[in-house]
Amino acid sequence: MALPSYATRGERLWHYVFLGLCALIFLFLIGPLLVIIPLSFNAEPYFTFTRAMAHLDPSGYSLRWYHEFFTSSAWLDSIKNSFIIGISATLLATVLGTIAALGLTSRHMPARGLIMALLISPMIVPLIISAAAMFFFFSKIHLTQTYLGVILAHTALGIPFVVITVTATLSSFDTTLIRAAHSLGANPVRTFFKVVLPLVTPGVVSGALFAFITSFDEVVVVLFVSGPEQRTMPIQMWSGIREEISPTILAVATLLVGLSILLLTTLELLRRRGERLRGLSPG
Amino acid sequence: MSDSSSYPLTTADGVPLKTSLRRAVRRSRLKALLLVSPLLAFLLIAFVMPIAEMLWRSVDNPEVATALPRTAEALADWNGEALPDEAVYAALAADLEAGDKARSLGKMASRLNYEKSGMRSAVMGTARRIEGVEPPYKPALIAINADWGELATWRVIQRESSPYTLSYYLAAIDRQYSPDGDIVAVPEYMQVYVGLFWRTFWMSAVITLLTLLLGYPVAFLLANLPLRHSNLLMILVLLPFWTSLLVRTTTWIAILQSQGVLNDIMVAVGLIADDARWQMIHNKTGTIIAMTHILLPFMILPLYSVMKTIPPSYMRAARSLGGKPLLSFRRVYFPLTIPGIAAGGILVFILSIGYYITPALVGGQSGRFITNYIAYHMQTSLNWGLAAAIASILLLVVIVLYMLFNRLIGVDKVKLG
Repeated sequence: MALPSYATRGERLWHYVFLGLCALIFLFLIGPLLVIIPLSFNAEPYFTFTRAMAHLDPSGYSLRWYHEFFTSSAWLDSIKNSFIIGISATLLATVLGTIAALGLTSRHMPARGLIMALLISPMIVPLIISAAAMFFFFSKIHLTQTYLGVILAHTALGIPFVVITVTATLSSFDTTLIRAAHSLGANPVRTFFKVVLPLVTPGVVSGALFAFITSFDEVVVVLFVSGPEQRTMPIQMWSGIREEISPTILAVATLLVGLSILLLTTLELLRRRGERLRGLSPG
Repeated sequence: MSDSSSYPLTTADGVPLKTSLRRAVRRSRLKALLLVSPLLAFLLIAFVMPIAEMLWRSVDNPEVATALPRTAEALADWNGEALPDEAVYAALAADLEAGDKARSLGKMASRLNYEKSGMRSAVMGTARRIEGVEPPYKPALIAINADWGELATWRVIQRESSPYTLSYYLAAIDRQYSPDGDIVAVPEYMQVYVGLFWRTFWMSAVITLLTLLLGYPVAFLLANLPLRHSNLLMILVLLPFWTSLLVRTTTWIAILQSQGVLNDIMVAVGLIADDARWQMIHNKTGTIIAMTHILLPFMILPLYSVMKTIPPSYMRAARSLGGKPLLSFRRVYFPLTIPGIAAGGILVFILSIGYYITPALVGGQSGRFITNYIAYHMQTSLNWGLAAAIASILLLVVIVLYMLFNRLIGVDKVKLG
């Protein structure tokens, strides 16, 4: 993006206007996330900066809402539920999705396009439609208001992410590496653990992370399919926003931003590791 | 050269090569299918069958046929020209008496009430007083409730005693059956859904356009910076993408509400008066701002992956051939990015028309989407047939767009993060 030395005055001007414009758009993207972090340390029960906060007066800040969060049984129970449901759904989706991806990348897979479109559809169909449909069907087979019902529903929603990432990893997998390992004297078991697994794992793990975050962040289906027993964290937030707006929600939001930074970093590290193993990038 | 027809090529164990190859292909095809089958079976139960159940619900009409079996049978060959005869009234009296004892009339009464108002009280009121009514039933029932003396009542019962109905779909597009059985528009003050569908579509179009306007420059910048810098800036796009939807919606509430951050800042710097704070949330503006922010990464990522493949030498060539910057952009660069615009545009539009959470939290009355009415009929009014019909129409729109997306881009080209 560097300006060439022959750029005219107008071009220079436009270049800086363009950069300024982009900076504003980046601010629009990231600003809202930055605003809530200080707001969550508010000492008063308001959703905005108080006068004390604006003057950087320490008394305007407190950990009051974090304390509220970590001592509330409703919030802690909802986190426990979110993890139970999220982890079960992720495991199920990852196992089913990875096995299916092995078949989908086979050269002789019949009707690949059609099957792929079907497997991706839970990602495309609006959540409210899936939620209503699952409610109708699950109530018929007595799965509503059970953990199993919510887990099955979230597995279905997570599957497209696993299928997409794992198929992408597998289709870029160089099968000559297996032959190379054999010719260098490795037996199939050793080849699998030393060559195949390290190359495929990053794709599977990032698929699993996508599936987990999908379940962990999902409101609509839980709203329809679950009962009071399976209250998850998003549901707790949802009713918090609708009923009594308390800055506890901002504290939760800040913690969740922290979680997404953690996930993003993990994914980036996995991607780099994958590239390095494949010899795509040095270092 | 040997003649291949008389001396077919064989494998080591003497099987013709063609047969052996065919067998190998068949085996590997079977293996691929076997690997996919557990997932297909799972999705069939957890996703496909629920969708089928929903489509079924949108036409399923069991209430009248189950609650009024004798009446339905007696009405089967009624011509609808004049009031039915005594036999039908007697059948109705028997059905109502049986239903009143079994307390099984409520659903049917509500179902008929969707079609013709007043039917609920006609059915329930008559059922309460049916015991001890002596034949002839025709004058007796009309004396209890005058509705039984109306042709329209009987036409509704006859029409709705069929096990399938299109009335939910008609209601979902603001239509109904007239007393004569024709399809007519509902009175203007009751028209809701067509307007809501249009509002959902045009607001989604506005959101798609805004994400394109904001996403295009950012994607261009990211695609043309050296990788070291662009990776860093990419985090600014991916972090909101990875952050909980509820968190992002909450932040917009904190920022936009009338006692919120943005209004406070504008009051503090004297841009607006304290009593003239802007109403930016719980209306269309709120929905559009929040959803543009939430969906922006879905536009940037496909645009970026297309722009990344355009060699910078093309623009340099255009410039060296004498094209002014704007002309070179318009005639060379922009056309090359159209696949990215199509991918991002369809993706954002599909996601937008199906959004429920954000419009429900920041949309207020005027910024609601059709999805909010699906939820309303599922949870509050409990008119599940209508909810299923609205959802089915929306599903059809999404499927058509999805097929278009698949044709244009290919679903296996979708990249995540």
